Amino acid sequence: METDLNSQDRKDLDKFIKFFALKTVQVIVQARLGEKICTRSSSSPTGSDWFNLAIKDIPEVTHEAKKALAGQLPAVGRSMCVEISLKTSEGDSMELEIWCLEMNEKCDKEIKVSYAVYNRLSLLLKSLLAITRVTPAYRLSRKQGHEYVILYRIYFGEVQLNGLGEGFQTVRVGTVGTPVGTITLSCAYRINLAFMSTRHFERTPPIMGIIIDHFVDRPYPSSSPMHPCNYRTTSEDTGVTYPSVEDSQEVCTTSFSTSPPSQCVFTVTKAHFQTPPPVVTDTLRVPMAGLAFSHQLSSSRLSYQPAALGVGSADLAYPVVFAAGLNATHPHQLMVPGKEGGVPLAPNQPAHGTQADQERVATCTPSDGAHCAATPSSSEDTETVSNSSEGRASPHDVLETIFVRKVGAFVNKPINQVTLTSLDIPFAMFAPKNLELEDADPMVNPPDSPETTSPLQGSLLSDGSSGGSSGNTQDDFVMIDFKPAFSKDDILPMDLGTFYREFQNPPQLSSLSIDIGAQSMAEDLDSLPEKLAVHEKNVREFDAFVETLQ
Amino acid sequence: MSSWPVYGDWRLLTSRRVWATGYKMNCRSEVLEVSVEGRQVEEAMLAVLHTVLLHRSTGKFHYKKEGTYSIGTVGTQDVDCDFIDFTYVRVSSEELDRALRKVVGEFRDALRNSGGDGLGQMSLEFYQKKKSRWPFSDECIPWEVWTVKVHVVALATEQERQICREKVGEKLCEKIINIVEVMNRHEYLPKMPTQSELDNVFDTGLRDVQPYLYKISFQITDALGSSVTTTMRRLIKDTLAL
Repeated sequence: METDLNSQDRKDLDKFIKFFALKTVQVIVQARLGEKICTRSSSSPTGSDWFNLAIKDIPEVTHEAKKALAGQLPAVGRSMCVEISLKTSEGDSMELEIWCLEMNEKCDKEIKVSYAVYNRLSLLLKSLLAITRVTPAYRLSRKQGHEYVILYRIYFGEVQLNGLGEGFQTVRVGTVGTPVGTITLSCAYRINLAFMSTRHFERTPPIMGIIIDHFVDRPYPSSSPMHPCNYRTTSEDTGVTYPSVEDSQEVCTTSFSTSPPSQCVFTVTKAHFQTPPPVVTDTLRVPMAGLAFSHQLSSSRLSYQPAALGVGSADLAYPVVFAAGLNATHPHQLMVPGKEGGVPLAPNQPAHGTQADQERVATCTPSDGAHCAATPSSSEDTETVSNSSEGRASPHDVLETIFVRKVGAFVNKPINQVTLTSLDIPFAMFAPKNLELEDADPMVNPPDSPETTSPLQGSLLSDGSSGGSSGNTQDDFVMIDFKPAFSKDDILPMDLGTFYREFQNPPQLSSLSIDIGAQSMAEDLDSLPEKLAVHEKNVREFDAFVETLQ
Repeated sequence: MSSWPVYGDWRLLTSRRVWATGYKMNCRSEVLEVSVEGRQVEEAMLAVLHTVLLHRSTGKFHYKKEGTYSIGTVGTQDVDCDFIDFTYVRVSSEELDRALRKVVGEFRDALRNSGGDGLGQMSLEFYQKKKSRWPFSDECIPWEVWTVKVHVVALATEQERQICREKVGEKLCEKIINIVEVMNRHEYLPKMPTQSELDNVFDTGLRDVQPYLYKISFQITDALGSSVTTTMRRLIKDTLAL
């Protein structure tokens, strides 16, 4: 009873419970943001870290929690609940978990409030940290993005477990006895996620050209509105914002204290892509039921049209301009998972398929777009991109090379390729020789590039043999005269540099050309039975060969 | 293996262990078992050990006058496993992480070199030091022991390995829930020490956090089924040196 507890202890206990509730909500929501959380230990007490744990306070979340609590504390019959749900890009939503902070009547009179209760609450928060990474919703939340988002809702009162479907499971995080009752923290989570993954399978991929607006305000019937587990400093609940770029930057700055934000989005649009991306998704699909859901997500993400990117990211000038100006119907988005710093690009070409492990695909931070491109690892990546796309349509190639421009690679001095220098693009050397000038110009010439290319082109045309660095004072690029090492002019009629320049752009392989490929696919399929028959005839030879290998 | 003690020494050792066991009456023991692939051993062990140590570490104590103390702040960070579909939370302390990685690395190497069926176990023991009078050295009295038994399986195909990634991830989730259940029982914990007793209860050697005094040992079950303990080996050497 209250008479057993002196007023100071009672006040302390109430304060502990209140802040425990607020910290519980922070831990749960932060665990569903989709990012790794990292906070620093500090040997000297700061006085502001409740329960001696470094748990950051996201203001919006605190605000929501306080609003839900409305000055009350969890008590018997009045539980504080955090509901985590998933909402797909099509507007379907599904409850995943309900975290409940409850109080029951079982009192522990002997326990010391200021000491034991506080320490046990601290231990309970640590347990919560561990358990939040262990429920199925954690892995889903790590993969959220354009396909779906994770939302949270805080309410106070009776626990509502109806939305979790049949057969939901409960895990108890812990209990702490206090003189006024026993605090219990538990989680009820849905296990019937299977229907979600099969739904995604059956739906015809991909999502093409859909602008996904996550934050359409869906007023929840009887209680507080849902909130996305994406932190925005702009706060104010229902503003429609674009999650892909700016929000992830916000998440980075609040959640990460040690890892640098090294994530980039490269948008490349393909003008001649005839076959729909199901080709891509098929090859990326791993024949494993459990994993297939995630792969479907990541591959569908590849086809997301980043219209949202165009609005907020002033620094990503090149990709956005391409997306707008090219009028492509089948955009592709290459995403660089940069979580561990410099993980290679996730190419959309089946041959490079390591998508099986690309779970941690992240979106870009606009201000870091340029920064990322300047790092050596990304320069390798962009070269990979341009190399891998040699088989594609030529304007695509040029797009890629223009993107490479951001890295500031050196420019080859064109000796005998006069035709290409008249192209109004930088890195004319890298463009394939069968490029038609008329086609190239309107498609690949973004409005703002001529100003920056002309000094470069000017210096290319006007300069003789010496490296024309003088014309480049306003450029970011350093022009180096291409003199390969150890090459001499007198030994062979053709020197190494000339050889290199002549043969560095071989013609496309006909089998890799998409046009031809698309048209002949039907023919290929038709000829398959004949090929199989031929192989069957030679089966004995094949068997003998295999035997020699063993 | 030639340095193993002969039976006579083993007997001496056994009696010493029995003597020590007498003090183990209040020690609770928890056993966890996992079956993993060779390359998952390290991460699985680190996940379990870090989760236990997360619960058994506090911030650094700063004693003020009159026996009161304030406690530093413990930070946490998420660690993604490379070979398991799993993420665990550990205390943000590079020193602690290094220490654990070192011993887990030794365990992994010993498992690999044992050539047996790949059975081994690691023990994380929390203890208190009790000062003894001269000439006896301080006693270490364990109050909680966590044992993780590992069974290493070898898989043939990539598909099996993919399944193993997920399965082991799910198993580890269960283990974490088990650990949290045990922690939640609020059973015996050493009482908070005075400043002079701090080193008898806590490991004060780390810069940023303060776990309870702990020691980690491991043993590999070799092909014959008899178990071999590395800490035993050191004890034997010490005994013989006397």
